[in-house]
Amino acid sequence: MSIIMAFLIGGCICVIGQLAMDLTKPGITPGHILVGYITIGAFLSALGLYQPLIDLGGAGATIPLSGFGHSLAQGAIAGVQEKGILGAFTGGVSATAGGITAAIVFGYLAAVLFNPKD
Amino acid sequence: MSSESEEKLKTAQQEEYHNLVNRIKPKPPVLKNCLWAFVVGGLICVIGQLILNYLISMGINKVDAGSLTAIIMIFMGALFTGIGVYDDLGQKAGAGSIVPITGFANAIVASAMEFKREGYIFGVGARIFSIAGPTLVFGFVASVLIGLIKLAFR
Repeated sequence: MSIIMAFLIGGCICVIGQLAMDLTKPGITPGHILVGYITIGAFLSALGLYQPLIDLGGAGATIPLSGFGHSLAQGAIAGVQEKGILGAFTGGVSATAGGITAAIVFGYLAAVLFNPKD
Repeated sequence: MSSESEEKLKTAQQEEYHNLVNRIKPKPPVLKNCLWAFVVGGLICVIGQLILNYLISMGINKVDAGSLTAIIMIFMGALFTGIGVYDDLGQKAGAGSIVPITGFANAIVASAMEFKREGYIFGVGARIFSIAGPTLVFGFVASVLIGLIKLAFR
């Protein structure tokens, strides 16, 4: 069941991005999509609107980059509750440290090991 | 012919030209693109869900299992971009391959690979951030802002 819900919710979240790219004037690039998803995900999460999506869709809501924004926001909120103002600065990155480090390390290694095909 | 009517003719011609361009210009096949994005994006999330379910069944707690899933998905995104498969998929899948976290890894590797000739430090080392950089900047700013707002209203 969790598999089907992940497919449906994940698929819908991606369609929103596709519509944003197809229905706006050229100018929305994949980079804009990534920036938009992480930022909007963080603010939806802070308003308490993203957690219900995760309860419903599991990885379907956490794998899209908006889920990364959610982790950043919830990390900052938990950080503030624990450590006050220090937590606002440490919480978000602490919660997402694994993903960020993996992206930089694996990203660098892959770029060094492989060559672009043309 | 007076210059005024000449002017009118010119604008009429321009208008006609624009109408023609708009008629001929291929419209993006929105429905087809959305179907691709839905199926591919959904399937990538299913892979994530399978990994997550497996890790949780191994007795790893939910938070750590979530982080590990993200790390594994990023690894796969970087690997499949390196061997050239991910960008072929992206041609058809559009946002379906951009929005999942594997797309974040793809953006990092794809932009860095092109700049090897500028060296491994300031070529690859800098270019991995050409798309990841703005994404992290906005993510971090949003996160600190949210933390500070929570602090002010708690």
